[in-house]
Amino acid sequence: MAFALSAEHEKELERILSRYPNKMAACIPVLHLCQDANEHWVSDEVIAFVAERLGLSTAHVAGVVTFYHLFNREKPGKHQVWVCRTLSCALRGSESILRHCEKRLGVHVGGTTPDGKVTLRTSECLASCGSAPMMQVDKTYHENLTIEEVDRVLDDLLKDS
Amino acid sequence: MLKRTNYLSHSYDKPDGHTLAAYEQAGGYRSARKVLSTLSREQVVDEVKKAHIRGRGGAGFDCGMKWSFMPKESKKPHYLVVNADEGEPGTFKDRTIMERNPHALIEGCIIGCYGVGAHAAYIYVRDELHLSKARLWAAIEEARAKGYLGKNPFGKNYEVEVYVHTGAGAYICGEETALLNSLEGRRGEPRLKPPFPAQVGAFGCPTTVNNVETIAIVPSIFQVGGDEFSKLSALHEWNDGGVRLFGVSGHVKKPGIYECAVGLTLRELIYDLGGGIIDDRPLLGVIPGGSSCPVHLPDEIVDVPNDPRFAPYNGKSVLDLPMGVDTLRGVGGMLGTCCAIVMSDAADPVLALHNLMRFYRHESCGQCTPCREGCGWIERILDKVIEGRGSIEELNELHEIASNITGNTICAFGDGAAQPALSFVRKYRKQLEDYILRGGQSQTRTLEA
Ligand SMILES: Cc1cc2nc3c(=O)[nH]c(=O)nc-3n(C[C@H](O)[C@H](O)[C@H](O)COP(=O)(O)O)c2cc1C
Ligand code: SF4
Ligand code: FES
Repeated sequence: MAFALSAEHEKELERILSRYPNKMAACIPVLHLCQDANEHWVSDEVIAFVAERLGLSTAHVAGVVTFYHLFNREKPGKHQVWVCRTLSCALRGSESILRHCEKRLGVHVGGTTPDGKVTLRTSECLASCGSAPMMQVDKTYHENLTIEEVDRVLDDLLKDS
Repeated sequence: MLKRTNYLSHSYDKPDGHTLAAYEQAGGYRSARKVLSTLSREQVVDEVKKAHIRGRGGAGFDCGMKWSFMPKESKKPHYLVVNADEGEPGTFKDRTIMERNPHALIEGCIIGCYGVGAHAAYIYVRDELHLSKARLWAAIEEARAKGYLGKNPFGKNYEVEVYVHTGAGAYICGEETALLNSLEGRRGEPRLKPPFPAQVGAFGCPTTVNNVETIAIVPSIFQVGGDEFSKLSALHEWNDGGVRLFGVSGHVKKPGIYECAVGLTLRELIYDLGGGIIDDRPLLGVIPGGSSCPVHLPDEIVDVPNDPRFAPYNGKSVLDLPMGVDTLRGVGGMLGTCCAIVMSDAADPVLALHNLMRFYRHESCGQCTPCREGCGWIERILDKVIEGRGSIEELNELHEIASNITGNTICAFGDGAAQPALSFVRKYRKQLEDYILRGGQSQTRTLEA
């Protein structure tokens, strides 16, 4: 099915376009807009839509999508959890946090819970090294994590229907 | 020299510190008003030059000098691009500015645009920093509503617009030419230089790329005067002026961001500001400014006999050397982003290096063979060492691979990846050899303190 944006999102797309001297520059922000409106992933239909709207080839848009880690080519869970594992976080116990998340969610890194609620991922340094260990859940940072805090956050995600 | 300051951080503890009202109450936007109503573009650049602000993004290039490279006259529009991709492992300072003092960055953009002849600034924020983006947009709206942005900022006929642009998860986009490609809606692959951004930057136009902190400190220069501002630094004579944000993370009791005059020592950062090492253990090593800098050991002694400026420090520990762009360069190190990663002896340096090399392998854009392949080979050798299948020959090979990356790539990512490899292999040779000789056994085998 062809992808389309809501009227509200169409307005946002126009606002984005107004910021740049050409349409190509809107590529990444518009891909974010579409991914957010498409259950967090970029389907072939989204690529075709963005290419069409920005006057770009689908090859260009696909090339952009595959370059950046945060564009999903497959549909992830309803919520995404990224545990930072780079050095400052590793020095403060990110490995234990990650193992705990795997156990608690019953999935390995990269996996999604069977009910489709949570995808567990790792990330590289998220500019929160002074409040390590930390994880990002959707658009929110959770910092200075303890195992108890992780449980509280994950419980909320799993309860959410 | 430990001298705490609060030019940027005055708002950090205030719940409403990010608002226009709080910023103006603290004297905000007076610099931009003064600059636009009384100074010429040349005068702005001269004043910034006097302040000796070394770029806060890692390379330490003089800010005023960079601005002066922009063409005086050109038919094409000019752009100011602010690098807010903050992704260098260990670095978390720019985020504090965007979240807790966003107006300092917006005011800096107004002055910066005027100084480089631009009418638009793009702040390229990595996507994950959602709060930063929201705070910046809110600040832009507040400033526009007051007439500080738009066609006639402060009544001056000099249009300035500021936009927030977002990345999509790629460390390499922090490299300035990759960032420009990304801003243009392309894959974030670095470009060959020359041409430099001041000639051919964003959208083929003359562009200045500066770090968030570099731009956010600019209003303070005009508050106290360029020369006076430079003199706040203990390294004024080294042309390394002003104040900056020092970060400390890892095995310290009080990790965080501390604003101080330039010239703080690593010892002061770790033991005074950082509160010392967790469990008061011995220091294993410190990486001064993001993971692309060489690591330093506590028993390293400054020994630079052929540069008279080092006379007061020769014979002392590197930990007692004032942290500056050229002081650290002189001892074979790098100041980088000025956010230090501290490891106590509870940490296993082999695992630390492995962690970093995994990062570089994951983030290489893949354009250059030495970088793309080299980072992968180094990680695999370290995999083997840790699993107890490594050999001394491979350790030497690792060093060789890293040396071959250095200087043979399109962008400085290659050097940044090689630095930790080269310095860890040189300085933790014994621990690496122990792993090999004992078939993967080590005393610590953990990173956590
Ligand atoms: C791999 C790589 C990553 C970089 N990441 C950043 C970054 O996240 N933020 C930044 O300001 N500079 C980063 N830089 C440095 C920029 O290329 C550039 O030098 C800097 O933005 C210039 O600003 P400044 O002169 O104000 O420091 C990076 C450089 C490299 C090679
Ligand atoms: S050095 Fe590495 S990151 Fe830089 S352009 Fe070459 S492959 Fe890409
Ligand atoms: S290392 Fe995890 S936020 Fe920087």
